[in-house]
Amino acid sequence: MSWRLWVPLFAFALFVGLAAYQLTQPKDDFVESRMVGEALPYFDLPPAMEGAEGISNATFADGKPRLLNIWASWCLPCIAEAPHLESLKEQGAEIVGVAIRDRPEDIARFLARHGNPYSRIGRDDLSEVQLAIGSSGVPETFVIDGKGVIRYQHIGDIRADDVPVLLAELEKVR
Amino acid sequence: MIAELGLAALWLAAALAALQMIAGFMAVHDDGKSELAGLIRPAAIVQGVLVTLSFGMLVWLFAITDLSVKLVASNSHSMKPLIFKLSGSFGNHEGSMLLWVMVMGLAGALIALVERRLPERTMNATLAAQGVVALGFYAFLLLSSNPFERMPNPPAEGMGLNPLLQDIGLVFHPPTLYLGYVGLSVAFSFAVGALLTRQVTPDFARAMRPWVLGAWVLLTIGITAGSYWAYYELGWGGWWFWDPVENASLMPWLAATALLHSASVLASRDALRTWTIMLGVVAFSMSMVGTFLVRSGILTSVHAFAVDPERGTFILVLLGIFIGGALLLFAMRANTINEGQRFALASREGALVFNNVMLSAILAIVLLGTLYPLLTEAFDVRVSVGPPYFNPVGAIFTIPMLAVMAVGPLLRWRQDRVDRIGKEIALFAALVLAALILFSLLAEVALLPLLGLALGLGLAVASLLPLRGRKLSRTPLATWGMVAAHFGIAVTLIGMASESAFTEERLAAVAEGGSATVGPWTVVLQGVEPVAGPNWTAIEGRLAASYNGGEAKVLTPQARNFWAPLQQTTESALVTRWNGQLYAVVGDRAPDGRWQLRLWWKPFVTLIWYGGLLVAFGGVLALIGRLLSDLRHRRLAARIAERRADREAVA
Repeated sequence: MSWRLWVPLFAFALFVGLAAYQLTQPKDDFVESRMVGEALPYFDLPPAMEGAEGISNATFADGKPRLLNIWASWCLPCIAEAPHLESLKEQGAEIVGVAIRDRPEDIARFLARHGNPYSRIGRDDLSEVQLAIGSSGVPETFVIDGKGVIRYQHIGDIRADDVPVLLAELEKVR
Repeated sequence: MIAELGLAALWLAAALAALQMIAGFMAVHDDGKSELAGLIRPAAIVQGVLVTLSFGMLVWLFAITDLSVKLVASNSHSMKPLIFKLSGSFGNHEGSMLLWVMVMGLAGALIALVERRLPERTMNATLAAQGVVALGFYAFLLLSSNPFERMPNPPAEGMGLNPLLQDIGLVFHPPTLYLGYVGLSVAFSFAVGALLTRQVTPDFARAMRPWVLGAWVLLTIGITAGSYWAYYELGWGGWWFWDPVENASLMPWLAATALLHSASVLASRDALRTWTIMLGVVAFSMSMVGTFLVRSGILTSVHAFAVDPERGTFILVLLGIFIGGALLLFAMRANTINEGQRFALASREGALVFNNVMLSAILAIVLLGTLYPLLTEAFDVRVSVGPPYFNPVGAIFTIPMLAVMAVGPLLRWRQDRVDRIGKEIALFAALVLAALILFSLLAEVALLPLLGLALGLGLAVASLLPLRGRKLSRTPLATWGMVAAHFGIAVTLIGMASESAFTEERLAAVAEGGSATVGPWTVVLQGVEPVAGPNWTAIEGRLAASYNGGEAKVLTPQARNFWAPLQQTTESALVTRWNGQLYAVVGDRAPDGRWQLRLWWKPFVTLIWYGGLLVAFGGVLALIGRLLSDLRHRRLAARIAERRADREAVA
């Protein structure tokens, strides 16, 4: 009979142990995409501004691996990321941009000020494509292989030491 | 100078809490022979005065916007309206903790002043336990969240308060819940005190009951108000999201509800002794767990603005000491406490015990659902637990509980026959069945809302039955309170069921001048205009809504963009009628120039909150009734003592 009286204490100790363990774990706020390893879902985005080309599944079907960069002109980390995208482009990566909930004139102004590393830019006004490929924020960058399969996801802005990592991932799927 | 005065008062109050604790435990140990025993009550009273002084100093600092104090500089602004300046003093972590210890200190002082029913030894143990809890919170304040910290270089202007929190409702929502939590901490101290001296008596339950009732009323109001805030502010059209923080406020309420009923059994029938003690510990631990979950950021939630892992660690340590200690004491002591009076299964006690078990089961379900993501995350699996779990699993226990709740109050104490109240049971069953058949024939309603409607209607009638055959003017206030609270539960239930059964939703793209219909409403989009506030811009829709072609009412829902910090909020617009609410949200603009409108017609949704208020009102009635009868008893006892003294003097 009296062992039952210890059950609450035992259950409570379990809770404290679990909570203490979780408190010591570094908090990982990134939501990783479940689409890595899967083919891109069907999509067809209009060009983001005058003089740009839109993107669709066909863009990724020519056997050449590319970076797919999710960004927006209203996104501050995207400004920090711009020079590193430029250096990726200089080192031979082809970058396709998807502008999230953006306006053509703002996009043009952003690219004029911070440089245009993109070969094509599509406009995703409702975040449809963003959500479909499992991106939860801006900016994010995906490595897409020559058959249109998502191979790698980079969450957050690209820093200097991410550039070689992304180049290596591109090389892996070539 | 003011800040230093506040800080000094706080340190002194902490020292008195330590004195209260040490003297209390010594008095329990040597049965009141120690010389320190006489200090316990004065220590509690002076501590209450000092901590109130300290809080007063903080409010003063906020009133005059003393920017050399870090807390003021980071939470206030000289141009803020006075009401938000004052509410800013407890609208942040440090200030709210100071508010918490102030209320706790006042509660301790009040017990020390007026509570004379309990044996002195139990009283000393209770105040000692209260000293432990208070000392923990003082340590938390003074060591890791000092509200009076000065800044070497005061800024020219303060940072202001998070704009989302500048809402009159939110001035009162957190303190209301806090006061409830503190009330439960007092109940906890009583439980620990009684456990220490093994004097778990009806007097103990009577001393504890007003605190539980008060806490329960405040928690009810806090949850009801919080639910309504989420409903109109978050713009999803829902009123309960099973969010961890919502659950954190629901769990103490469930435990307090169970405690309230079992304390009543103990007070009037001297039964359920250990169970009441257990619930007293559980109720307070649920409020601590709730505070921990909100403040540590260990679970992702809409209340993420209050997060700080370091404070989480501190609260976890306090939680471990308080609750772990109490549960250890319980495990060692509980089998030496007599269970108390026996009773038959078919009796008022039997029904109360059944519902206590059901409430505890619901509490366990909510707790499990809330903590489950924490458990799976330890194995790197992320899940979120939502309505598909909580609703049906909770219903398994809620449905029998509602049925017993409808007829339980009609049973007699100790022993009764179920067939004595056969007519009432038949009436309840007939009502429920009739409503079930009626609603399933009239409309296509899902199972849970259907059951909710039927049980709600049955309960609404059955909850009034205890008044039948009584002289209403002589019915005790506590009975009125019970009837009002049970009726309120029925009203809330009907509101919830009706909302989920009959809500009509319409998502439409409407051009200016176009219209959309939802349920009996026709809504015309008259125009969309940009508007600007002090720190936001918004687009505001002008909608003219008419009910069944009647006179049109104008609604102005907004989609707001705040720029510091960048945040988008929806300001829904509501039209309330006696039979429900129209809920409108304006969304984005489509490329072709049409606007997204989201409209809901929610029949009888307002009953959810009216019911909640009715429940709280019932609690207030019961509280007043109990306090008045306590007062009467006290006067009577005083008069008897006086007479006895007279007689002895004459003799």
